[in-house]
Amino acid sequence: MRPMTITEKIFAKHAGVKEVTPGDLVNAKVDIALGNDITAPIAIHEFKRIGAKKVFNKNKVVLVPDHFTPNKDIKSAEQCKVLREFAIEQKLTHYYDGGEVGVEHALLPEKGVVVPGDLVIGADSHTCTYGALGAFSTGVGSTDLAAAMVTGELWFKVPESIKFVFKGKLNKWVSGKDLILHVIGDIGVDGALYKAMEFTGKPIENLSMDSRLAMCNMAIEAGAKSGIIAPDAITEAYVAKRAERAYKFYASDPDAQYSEVREYDCSKIEPKVAFPHLPENTKNVSDVKKLKIDQVVIGSCTNGRLEDLQIAAKILKGRKAAKYVRLIVIPATPFIYNEAMKLGYFDIFLKAGAVISPPTCGPCLGGHMGILAAGERAVATTNRNFVGRMGDVKSEVYLTNPAVAAASAILGRIAHPDEVMKK
Amino acid sequence: MKLKGKVWKYGADIDTDKIIPARYLNTSDPKELAKHCMEDEDPTFASKVEAGDIIVADKNFGCGSSREHAPIAIKASGVSCVIAKSFARIFYRNSFNMGLSILESEEVFDATDNGDIVEIDMDKGEILNVTKNKLFTARPIPPFMQELIKAGGLMESIKKRGVL
Ligand code: SF4
Repeated sequence: MRPMTITEKIFAKHAGVKEVTPGDLVNAKVDIALGNDITAPIAIHEFKRIGAKKVFNKNKVVLVPDHFTPNKDIKSAEQCKVLREFAIEQKLTHYYDGGEVGVEHALLPEKGVVVPGDLVIGADSHTCTYGALGAFSTGVGSTDLAAAMVTGELWFKVPESIKFVFKGKLNKWVSGKDLILHVIGDIGVDGALYKAMEFTGKPIENLSMDSRLAMCNMAIEAGAKSGIIAPDAITEAYVAKRAERAYKFYASDPDAQYSEVREYDCSKIEPKVAFPHLPENTKNVSDVKKLKIDQVVIGSCTNGRLEDLQIAAKILKGRKAAKYVRLIVIPATPFIYNEAMKLGYFDIFLKAGAVISPPTCGPCLGGHMGILAAGERAVATTNRNFVGRMGDVKSEVYLTNPAVAAASAILGRIAHPDEVMKK
Repeated sequence: MKLKGKVWKYGADIDTDKIIPARYLNTSDPKELAKHCMEDEDPTFASKVEAGDIIVADKNFGCGSSREHAPIAIKASGVSCVIAKSFARIFYRNSFNMGLSILESEEVFDATDNGDIVEIDMDKGEILNVTKNKLFTARPIPPFMQELIKAGGLMESIKKRGVL
């Protein structure tokens, strides 16, 4: 048999064949089909339009109204209502609303809804996040979601894989977010177009699950179809207590074929900041000179997890956000919200002058809860800094890790965490 | 199928937030979306575009979000085809699934100016810049995708497979 990558193995399994080769078109079974309040209404409409009556499996179609919730206006409320009614009608087991809703890509791994070895599609581009668990997961459109909701399968072109090999030790304040920003800065926003990004090497093996999720989350920002990390003991510790289904660990064969192998020396990677208006415009934070900011957002499916809030709390403890800087902290799920509260982070954030938002996508996509006016500049731990992403087309978003975001809030300009912590 | 229209030329990495900003995503009504199509890249587009017009863009068109609202907005605005050096993969997939014609070509972008008239023969994959009298061949569409188009999109093809 031909040696295969982890991605190819997952495809072969779900397509019911012994082996696949990049470029093969396959019909594969999906373990989870996900939609949100923006994409699911179109999918549900398509589902009904062709006369479908029942979803293929009520446990495997997942709806998470997280983007504009709590409903920001009448139109958003109507969209969410479409999801709620469909969830009731189809008796979906995974529908989250009110105080149970969280940002989808933080929520699903946390609840054990997606597990290692899965093939997951979601009508949301950051569905690639679950690669951190050793699953193949990719973003699709609403029509694809509709098709998967009806049939439980979908067509795929098996992607080629690029292997990213990390070496050396991580510098202080460097997290998964910085590694992925570094890679995107290196290969560009279409550097991995149509491909699977496989992250390997000792530093990755030592990376926390939260950091791995942040890394795979941004594979799409390099144009990739997916990002993936081979599951290991850290994965096992994370999923063992959560998984609601049996899971399987896959690994790439040592002689598997890659379209490209790229190596990075982590000792040379510093905390990064991606300048407007593309995630590929990365610089080292220490090279950024006195850039004044108006807002800091710590949250999203990239960096709204407990580890992210923890590091922000560490830096913000006993300090205050600079005057006229609006600091917004958005725990990504109700669980994270509760944990952060119990750990005393809320006290720290509130004393620092922060607003703590309920779990939502909110400002990440310019939805609500912190929109920028023309000329305003935000540092955000989110994943996109496109024109107008967080508000007015003349506003700017700078992407960083949570440590840099917290330090920047305190100093009122883009700042290295050392500038604050050495004081 | 033949298409003909005036060219709207845009650069590289036109993302889905430019094609249809998230602030308008609280609806999926094609007519509403069309009113804001390309707004954050070119505020004049939605009011000036005419039925049949063609978008010609540089590489990685449609990158970013998976929102199908992007191809929906473009189609509803009357655009008959998007020609780009390359497309982001979700946008590419979505366009086939919901029936927006798209073609990939390395040469057309560099050889075409804003406002040129372009004629496309979808069956042959030929693109004629009428203004400049230059003929190009687009990258062939994979046979599987051609069948999807013939079936009338993904949902129609499912219906025909009789899985309901
Ligand atoms: S947090 Fe931002 S990137 Fe993540 S799903 Fe929500 S809108 Fe998309």
